[in-house]
Amino acid sequence: MIAATVPVQRPSDARLLVVDALGRITHARRADFVEFLRRGDLVVANDAATLPASLQGRHVPTGREIEMRLAGRRSLAADDVEEFSAVAFGAGDFHTPTEHRPLPPPIAPGDRLALGPLRATVTRLLGHPRLVSLHFDGSSDEIWAGLARHGRPIQYAHMTTPLALWDVWTVIAGPPVAFEPPSAGFVLDWHALAAMRARGVEFATITHAAGISSTGDAELDARLPLDEPYDIPSSTAVAIGRALADQRRIVAIGTTVVRALEHVASTRGYVASGSGVATQRIDETSRLRVVDVILSGVHEPGTTHHQLLRAFAAADVLGQADASLAARGYRTHEFGDSVLIERPVLNEQILSIPRTSVGFQSDRWCA
Amino acid sequence: MDFTKSKVGMNRAQGLRVAVTGGTSGLGLALVRELRARGARVAFVARGRERVGRVAGEAPGTHGIVGDVSAKTDIYPIAVQILGELGGLDVLINNASDLGPAPLRLLADTDCEDLERALDTNVVGPFRLTKALLGALTASAREGRGAVVLNISSDAAVNAYPTWGVYSASKAALRHMSAIWGEELAGEAVRFLSIDPGDMDTPLHALAVPDADPSTLKRPEVAAHELIEAILAALPPADSIAVGAGSPAAVGEPS
Repeated sequence: MIAATVPVQRPSDARLLVVDALGRITHARRADFVEFLRRGDLVVANDAATLPASLQGRHVPTGREIEMRLAGRRSLAADDVEEFSAVAFGAGDFHTPTEHRPLPPPIAPGDRLALGPLRATVTRLLGHPRLVSLHFDGSSDEIWAGLARHGRPIQYAHMTTPLALWDVWTVIAGPPVAFEPPSAGFVLDWHALAAMRARGVEFATITHAAGISSTGDAELDARLPLDEPYDIPSSTAVAIGRALADQRRIVAIGTTVVRALEHVASTRGYVASGSGVATQRIDETSRLRVVDVILSGVHEPGTTHHQLLRAFAAADVLGQADASLAARGYRTHEFGDSVLIERPVLNEQILSIPRTSVGFQSDRWCA
Repeated sequence: MDFTKSKVGMNRAQGLRVAVTGGTSGLGLALVRELRARGARVAFVARGRERVGRVAGEAPGTHGIVGDVSAKTDIYPIAVQILGELGGLDVLINNASDLGPAPLRLLADTDCEDLERALDTNVVGPFRLTKALLGALTASAREGRGAVVLNISSDAAVNAYPTWGVYSASKAALRHMSAIWGEELAGEAVRFLSIDPGDMDTPLHALAVPDADPSTLKRPEVAAHELIEAILAALPPADSIAVGAGSPAAVGEPS
């Protein structure tokens, strides 16, 4: 597999590998993905817009250059932006692969950071010298203005040109709460959404703060994905409840949608509306309660995204898909090609999961 | 002037998330003030840092954003702040306008740069900002809250007034673009309004017609009130947003 290195969300030659519920593999033009949807399907996408979460600046105690990549937040509330968790990098930028970046200066609680117009204090270390909790100075409006003006989208060395926000916002982007783009959503444009509607396919969104995908540090990377807050609108919870009750397929656009919906279903027993924080990993041991089909990027074996796909397909089927992706030169990474995987339907799942028990509440909870 | 609002109207604007461009003078300022008075959550955009700070200070609870809608590189920073500070968006009011050359000139005497600047502010800027905010607006529509884009128009968009060529052409383009947006996004339930507020006593009008008698002009507060009523009328009726408002309710059937 080769890395996609041009920031085009919907290249005309993008491809789609399809794994059906029987484990059969086919190949298609990704622009035709709507043809793999059926009347009655409910497609759920993540409408998080991407924050300009890379902040260049200075570690005040040492005067040394530092890059802070915002990586987490306890909630998605608009006025809850004083505190972020962040990963520190030494001098330099995305042109250097993360694993080759110089270490940042030693960081201690109480250290001040000057990040363009933003000022922040390190409040604590989060179990690793490069993972810290930051408290920004100023009002929430001042913090939003500082992020909007000074921040850059997080990016990696495979993409050599600097990304702009318009490169990484999906067409459905709403609240700017993702730390990296929910890039499976790049497949969507307004034409595709209209085509879905014409086909009798329902569409709904959640907002999920997609986190960073790599830090260049093996110990930190082993902790990914970090906890990710999400919001499920009432209208989406209702649509999912109805689809479950009718046993219609639920199609997730991206791993973040799977993580949020399966988190709420596993903690609440149904898809409730409201706010939550996804803390779980999804892998071959996970039993999916909500999502039937995933549309995702092309992920290399060994990554957490690839592990999540194991919840949708058995090891041998996924192995065949991986071999086919490699043989045909599918492109990886956020601007690459895509896969569409439908999980096998098992009688046990139909019978035991509360697919007919639906309802919603709008209270808040945290896991 | 005292506006007596109906109870329904008051409730309907309460909590509405609205962004207004050109929000520190004239019609935009009047819109910000009345929306805030009626309980809406308002973010406004204008170029001057000092004026933005002053208006935000005078209208606590509103969110002032410094930015130039005619500048391509300002659009996403503006969108980040609008969506970050409001958490979403129900209504976008593209109000910021450029008159073109002042004093007004015959089209044939107009510098190309004056036309380009007016098109950037009055057509391309609203196009870019609408596009950047469309995800949030459609989400609001799906949640049953409704979504409205109001593009401020002018009678110059439909009539050929000599010396108003730059402004006219740009407003005609914006008006037609509103109509196309509206046709194409009807399926997403986003409503597009293009409304001529009338000749108002505003800085833009004074620039165009310096010797006009202000007493013959509409007060921007009156126009703002009419526009807000038009927006509220274009939103779904209040009783249809129970789902979007997130009030607890049981749906579906128990197992």
